[in-house]
Amino acid sequence: MSVDATTVKRVAHLARIALPEAEVERMQGELNAILGFVEELAKVDVEGVEPMTSVTPMRLKQRADVVTEGNIADAIIANAPLSDDHYFMVPKVVE
Amino acid sequence: MRAAARDGKGLKGIGGLDRKSHPANKQRTNGAGPMNSPLDHKKLLKSATGDWEIVIGMEIHAQVTSQAKLFSGASTAFGGEPNSHVSFIDAAMPGMLPVINEECVRQAIRTGLGLKAKINHRSVFDRKNYFYPDLPQGYQISQYKSPIVGEGEVIVDLPEGERIRVGIERLHLEQDAGKSLHDQHATMSHVDLNRSGVALMEIVSKPDLRSAEEARAYVTKLRTILRYLGTCDGDMEKGNLRADVNVSVRRPGEPLGTRCEIKNVNSIRFIGQAIEAEARRQIGVIEDGGSIEQETRLFDPVKGETRAMRSKEEAHDYRYFPDPDLLPLEFDQAYVDELASQLPELPDAKRARFITEYALSAYDASVLVAERANADYFEAVAKRDDGKSRDGKAAANWVINELFGRLNKEGRAIDASPVSAAQLGGLVDLIGEGAISGKIAKELFEILWNEGGDPRELVEKRGLRQVTDMGAIEAAIDAVIAANQDKAEQAKAKPTLIGWFVGQVMKSTGGKANPQAVNELLRQKLGI
Amino acid sequence: MTELIELSLAEARDGLEAKRFSASELVRAHISAVERARLLNAYVLETPEKALAQASESDARLKRGEARPLEGLPIGVKDLFCTKGVRTTAGSAILGNFTPDYESTVTSQLWRDGAVMLGKLNCDEFAMGSSNETSAFGPVVSPWLPPNWDGARARATIVKATAERAAPAGLLVPGGSSGGSAAAVAARLCLAATATDTGGSIRQPAAFTGTVGMKPTYGRCSRFGTVAFASSLDQAGPIARTVRDCAILLRSMAGPDPRDSTSADLPVPDFEAAVTRGAKGLKIGIPKEYRMDGMPEEIEKLWADGGRWLAAAGAELIDISLPHTAYALPAYYIVAPAEASSNLARYDGVRYGLRVEGGDVIEMYENTRAAGFGREVKRRVMIGAYVLSAGYYDAYYLRAQKTRTLIKRDFEQVFAAGIDAVLTPATPTAAFGIGEKASASPIEMYLNDVFTVTVNMAGLPGISVPAGCDAKGLPLGLQLIGRPFDEETLFATAKVIEDAAGRMVLPKVWWE
Repeated sequence: MSVDATTVKRVAHLARIALPEAEVERMQGELNAILGFVEELAKVDVEGVEPMTSVTPMRLKQRADVVTEGNIADAIIANAPLSDDHYFMVPKVVE
Repeated sequence: MRAAARDGKGLKGIGGLDRKSHPANKQRTNGAGPMNSPLDHKKLLKSATGDWEIVIGMEIHAQVTSQAKLFSGASTAFGGEPNSHVSFIDAAMPGMLPVINEECVRQAIRTGLGLKAKINHRSVFDRKNYFYPDLPQGYQISQYKSPIVGEGEVIVDLPEGERIRVGIERLHLEQDAGKSLHDQHATMSHVDLNRSGVALMEIVSKPDLRSAEEARAYVTKLRTILRYLGTCDGDMEKGNLRADVNVSVRRPGEPLGTRCEIKNVNSIRFIGQAIEAEARRQIGVIEDGGSIEQETRLFDPVKGETRAMRSKEEAHDYRYFPDPDLLPLEFDQAYVDELASQLPELPDAKRARFITEYALSAYDASVLVAERANADYFEAVAKRDDGKSRDGKAAANWVINELFGRLNKEGRAIDASPVSAAQLGGLVDLIGEGAISGKIAKELFEILWNEGGDPRELVEKRGLRQVTDMGAIEAAIDAVIAANQDKAEQAKAKPTLIGWFVGQVMKSTGGKANPQAVNELLRQKLGI
Repeated sequence: MTELIELSLAEARDGLEAKRFSASELVRAHISAVERARLLNAYVLETPEKALAQASESDARLKRGEARPLEGLPIGVKDLFCTKGVRTTAGSAILGNFTPDYESTVTSQLWRDGAVMLGKLNCDEFAMGSSNETSAFGPVVSPWLPPNWDGARARATIVKATAERAAPAGLLVPGGSSGGSAAAVAARLCLAATATDTGGSIRQPAAFTGTVGMKPTYGRCSRFGTVAFASSLDQAGPIARTVRDCAILLRSMAGPDPRDSTSADLPVPDFEAAVTRGAKGLKIGIPKEYRMDGMPEEIEKLWADGGRWLAAAGAELIDISLPHTAYALPAYYIVAPAEASSNLARYDGVRYGLRVEGGDVIEMYENTRAAGFGREVKRRVMIGAYVLSAGYYDAYYLRAQKTRTLIKRDFEQVFAAGIDAVLTPATPTAAFGIGEKASASPIEMYLNDVFTVTVNMAGLPGISVPAGCDAKGLPLGLQLIGRPFDEETLFATAKVIEDAAGRMVLPKVWWE
């Protein structure tokens, strides 16, 4: 299984990483090297095998329905590149 | 009657209507398009080129009633200053991890039980990956292949006694997203994550609905069930209940058409309008020789039409995979049974019981059970403290026609009723005893509404007691007849004059004479 | 003063208790050493004021006789752990000057136990790497010199490279991703360090630097507040100069955490007490599949030595088979990137870290992530997005997760048959040179993890302990893999090897 340039660009967009045209080919080569490597897995007989869901057998822990967090708006936006009156500000989504 | 036989629930009052639309038609739980299922021709849309059947499925997002969010301890309270109901987890800070809220799990199970659905003892949380400013993690924790609740159904009563069964495909838990405000700034959006991470139940119906009216009734019923269970308050204005509506059209008997999804319709009225607008649009496209593209659309209530969402460069590739920060959710049947044992009586069961226990009409029972608070109020009126029943029909009449009417007029909800169930019950008792007439009862109701007090005491104190002493009544009648000899003579020939006489007698007794008694005795005396 | 930094953590602890020196003295000695070792680029952020304040408090407690388990002991913290009020970068440019207002559970437990924070340690970006060469802060230079190099040449090389904004070629990598942690420990810039391991990121750098590194069982340490790379594989653990030191540090790091749904609800044993248990009566498995084609003779010999030492201590060596070993690395390079592609989606310039402007929000995302992520991270995020995407999930991710079940099953069967621990080499080679693998295929770098990755895939504990040196005089390590939650047996067996091999002589200071 290998990827072509179009797929590389599609995946870059899916991952929201700008990929200049000049870098597509190199990235394509590297991705294909990795995909070639993982092709090994095609040899494994996974018939009837369940995928690993949890590394150690445990039950999902649940928490009580109590408000224990929040009211820290200052801390929430403290690291924001751009904020306004405790809102995060981002360029508009073009709908 | 036929529905009752089919349901086997001993229901009465379906109306026993003899319509070809009913009831076999209503066994529509297979959305794959039962091509041989009888059509309800009344529901078809008619166009210039013939009949069209509308096929509708709905995905309802219901905000779970809980104190804290699905995977964090921040508050779910409505409103609040921006980003004040946000924990570091909700803000997707580095290293943050989800821990599930046990009450949200219980609420989902309760809802599943209310939908008569299969509860899955093992379910898995998956990540749905996509980028959007109000989705801080860059993924939503949802459930994809293994939801907590499987197939169920909702019975929906339509006007004129028609009843349909709408299949439920599944229910799963997922996180809500935050909110973006686009109108505060020319080029920037403001993002508030207060709602981010709040628990939602996504309830997916099978495509069993066939008209805007059915869809509205379905959502109304679903909302009622959720409110009864206390698992969602159904407040559409706050956005706690939202609908994505899938609409397609087809010629009767043909396979299913391509559907379009109308997203985030936030009122029952708009759901109906959106369906009709979209169905007409699709019919128009097909009749013009075109074909329907599967797409996501939005309903514009001002224009009364749907439009395609413009951000459609490509379909989303959500790359679902099980969330490695969470284990599969597991519980046993005993857990489910315990929750089931504590469920309140649900609307269908309550309606059926009202009909049998209080001899109510199907219509009245339906009106009363639409809101649990109303039904509870009615029962408190219909039953005395000692557990004995009052006249159910009379109670229903007073609650529905008098109380609800007055509450609606003043824009009040039942919990703000100035007249308590005990007071209203007392009033019904007084009528039942014959202590007051219907007309006096209305006066009494006014007094209770405006001033309050105990009905029985008020009757005594204000001399509202109806005069049933036949001697007194006779005396009053004799007096009126004596004073109006000529009219009395005419009454024989013109029996309608009795109305005037009754009026006069009632006036002279200050309205307290028992009207029936007056009527009967007058007839005798006047020779009518 | 210099001698203080040469102490092991246990020795320093004893010294404080015996009042041979104060915590402030101990910490000052380390602060000084750190300041003079900047050429190694092990620390990305030094926190001397905080350290001195903590030391002062420790001295007060020591005086009162209220010493906590790590009282006054200076520790380095891998910059993957969120530290409250202290910048945390994950070795990446994309976090900018992000300063968390919360503390990771692991580090909060260190402070609970009285440890002192010297600073944040360099690492591969988002823990993705095996040489600490992907860090946005530049590579870490191993304190170990290549053969025939002297300190002067090394210093000059670093200074020149730094001026040219290039990597100091020729010097050695400390391994990765916890390269800063391993280098700092080996260079005596802290008594021990916290690190994380997803595919070998504790064990491999420990092996490259002649130090001891333990990756505990998945779930033993909480992941809360630790920047996530691959959620089902990540695990925090200690790197130190001795087995005992690792055991002491792990005891403080470990423990159940209600804020981490994957953390195990098990009490933390007294790991230190297990260190001297010995290996008598233990069954040690020697897996044939770890004997790779073209395995250097030195590694073979080391492995055999390790077996002999354990046998001499009363253990029984048993040949075992772990048939799916060869599939662990390819499966890892599907599962880890897949989880990473999702875990790193939150780095989008909206709420913290770097933001690069764009015409609309999509452009902003794409520009920010292109500028903020390094090449290795971009590669893995893209592979991850690809293998999860529509049509490929079954062929890749699902298949890899099924392979994981088989890998885990191999170990389960072996443990069920009575094996107490499995002995393998830690790495296929000793440390290589900075820049040496730059033009190679990414796969070449991945092969560094061939012996360690199986352990993460199965969720088991694994320790790397220095066992000797190669012909060039560079350290080599042996790995022991244990039953779930049986870190104690690993400490015990690693101690046997440590004693038999003789304490590793760490490089003399050349970097000041």
